[in-house]
Amino acid sequence: MIKANKLAYEYIRRDEEGNVEGIIRALDGVDLEIKKGDFVAILGHNGSGKSTIAKEINAILEPTEGTLFVNGLDVSDESKIWDVRQSAGMVFQNPDNQIVASLVEEDVAFGPENLGVPSPEIKQRVAYALEKVGMEDHRGSSPNALSGGQKQRVAIAGILAMKPKCIVLDEPTAMLDPGGRREVIKTLHELNKKEGITILLITHYMDEVTGADRVIVMDDGKIVMQGTPREIFSKVDEVKSHHLDVPQVTELAYELNKRGFRFPPGVLTKEEFINALLG
Amino acid sequence: MLYLDKVSYTYSPGTAMAMPALHEVSLEIPDGQFIGIIGHTGSGKSTLIQHLNGLVKPTGGVIYYNGRDIWDEDFSRKELRTKVGLVFQYPEHQLFETTVVKDVEFGPRNMKLENLEVQLRTFEALKTVGISDELYDASPFDLSGGQKRRVAIAGVLAMKPEVLVLDEPTAGLDPAGRDEILEAIFRIKRERNITVILVSHSMEDVARFVDRIIVMEHGSVKYDGSPKEVFRNYKELEEIGLAAPDVTYLTAMLRERGVGLPDVATTVEEAADMIERYCKH
Ligand SMILES: Nc1ncnc2c1ncn2[C@@H]1O[C@H](COP(=O)(O)OP(=O)(O)OP(=O)(O)O)[C@@H](O)[C@H]1O
Ligand SMILES: Nc1ncnc2c1ncn2[C@@H]1O[C@H](COP(=O)(O)OP(=O)(O)O)[C@@H](O)[C@H]1O
Ligand SMILES: [Mg+2]
Ligand SMILES: [Mg+2]
Repeated sequence: MIKANKLAYEYIRRDEEGNVEGIIRALDGVDLEIKKGDFVAILGHNGSGKSTIAKEINAILEPTEGTLFVNGLDVSDESKIWDVRQSAGMVFQNPDNQIVASLVEEDVAFGPENLGVPSPEIKQRVAYALEKVGMEDHRGSSPNALSGGQKQRVAIAGILAMKPKCIVLDEPTAMLDPGGRREVIKTLHELNKKEGITILLITHYMDEVTGADRVIVMDDGKIVMQGTPREIFSKVDEVKSHHLDVPQVTELAYELNKRGFRFPPGVLTKEEFINALLG
Repeated sequence: MLYLDKVSYTYSPGTAMAMPALHEVSLEIPDGQFIGIIGHTGSGKSTLIQHLNGLVKPTGGVIYYNGRDIWDEDFSRKELRTKVGLVFQYPEHQLFETTVVKDVEFGPRNMKLENLEVQLRTFEALKTVGISDELYDASPFDLSGGQKRRVAIAGVLAMKPEVLVLDEPTAGLDPAGRDEILEAIFRIKRERNITVILVSHSMEDVARFVDRIIVMEHGSVKYDGSPKEVFRNYKELEEIGLAAPDVTYLTAMLRERGVGLPDVATTVEEAADMIERYCKH
């Protein structure tokens, strides 16, 4: 679905006169392969290059070096930009900046309308997308009246209505309350399982990635760790050395092991913890 | 000390768009407390804290700062804004200068401090939030999301406020950055004995750092107490779009399974101590 080979991206920083002041190598030789139907989470410190990768996948930025294919399409090929964007939809952090229409259903219809989809089919797609994110009862509401979590689900529906193969979400829960976060993460897992949509989730919340198939850790433009959540979170010290953390339950087991307990490495859920403790 | 007496606020009052956001909120905020405010989106957190430095005027009730009504005619709200420093929810709304350093300098310069003092405070604040000197001359708009947030916090820290109010300051920060900033704020609070008010969606962070949690729900105060007192209501909190820290659920589940822990825990440290004590008996 996504294949990057030695992908690099450099931002050029210029002063007021337009002279080059500095070059920031935000991505530095990234090799990445994401298969169709995978649920992949990307973790990494601030400035590690996560959003830059997301923008590459969405053909907002063109690779400085290396290659990137999305759904078999070369993102450097300008004639394919719209096909790339339709294959991999993007959802951003701030729910308020993504809403364009004054009614939920119009907002969801916006993408397919731009793609030139005929109206009867747009109706179908909007109904399908709103149902998939559990917002069908709000189709006639004003997006302003929705909670943050609901707004993000509408944004996801807007992407779904374009029938993408993959959705890239750049910190979709950063501004949400705990209830909103639960809603969004649950929705993503359902889309992944039931609709087979490939999910690429960027987040700073460790507990949101425990259900992913694979976790990728970035540091200074490079991929430095890769594996299942259990593989990643069993390496507590290494994870922390990249400015990250582990879920609270994992941390608790790790702390107790220092005090002589024997929890297996990478305990991820409360159930696992309780079973290990009570044997 | 801040005192809110039945503060109410309605956006666009008297119009068809009128939107009540606060209902008779009364609060006492003594000096030197570390307070967390939690609540679902739209519960009134941001509206509430914008009252504390006189950014919005209540449509009902009175706010007192050190005993004085902040909306009295001869009360200087300009000065109040340097004493009650507010870091906004969306840091990009707070950044407007051409370089990072100029941005942080803006507050202290406006306070008519000497040049040297302005610079010292600027560098100290940038160091506190973990912005390295490579970024000093960068445009704030070219920074990553987390870097922007740090610069916005530095801008307020440089004013050395008596009350520091932060609206979701760690949203978008990486975990190390979250810890770094909260620990720095905790340290500053202790050193300068200032009051800190932290609006946050991270229950784990709130549980670790604050003395007192205020839970907002539909423009009113739903709970007001220590983290332990508040998070014991984890079932009710979930019904209003919130949660407790994961270790609170874990210790509650253990108690239900007959493990004799004295109470639910709210931090990892506390849970570890409780479980260790229980198992070594
Ligand atoms: N428009 C830009 N111009 C110049 N440099 C930029 C620009 N956008 C990002 N950068 C720099 O590129 C690097 C990677 O940034 P990126 O936004 O990809 O990080 P990120 O991993 O998404 O971080 P965060 O967790 O803070 O969102 C950082 O050093 C950042 O300062
Ligand atoms: N500028 C505004 N104009 C009209 N209504 C607003 C405005 N800002 C907030 N509100 C409304 O006031 C209520 C409280 O919002 P807010 O204080 O932003 O909550 P929180 O910070 O807890 O998410 C919500 O119903 C919100 O929609
Ligand atoms: Mg980013
Ligand atoms: Mg708010």
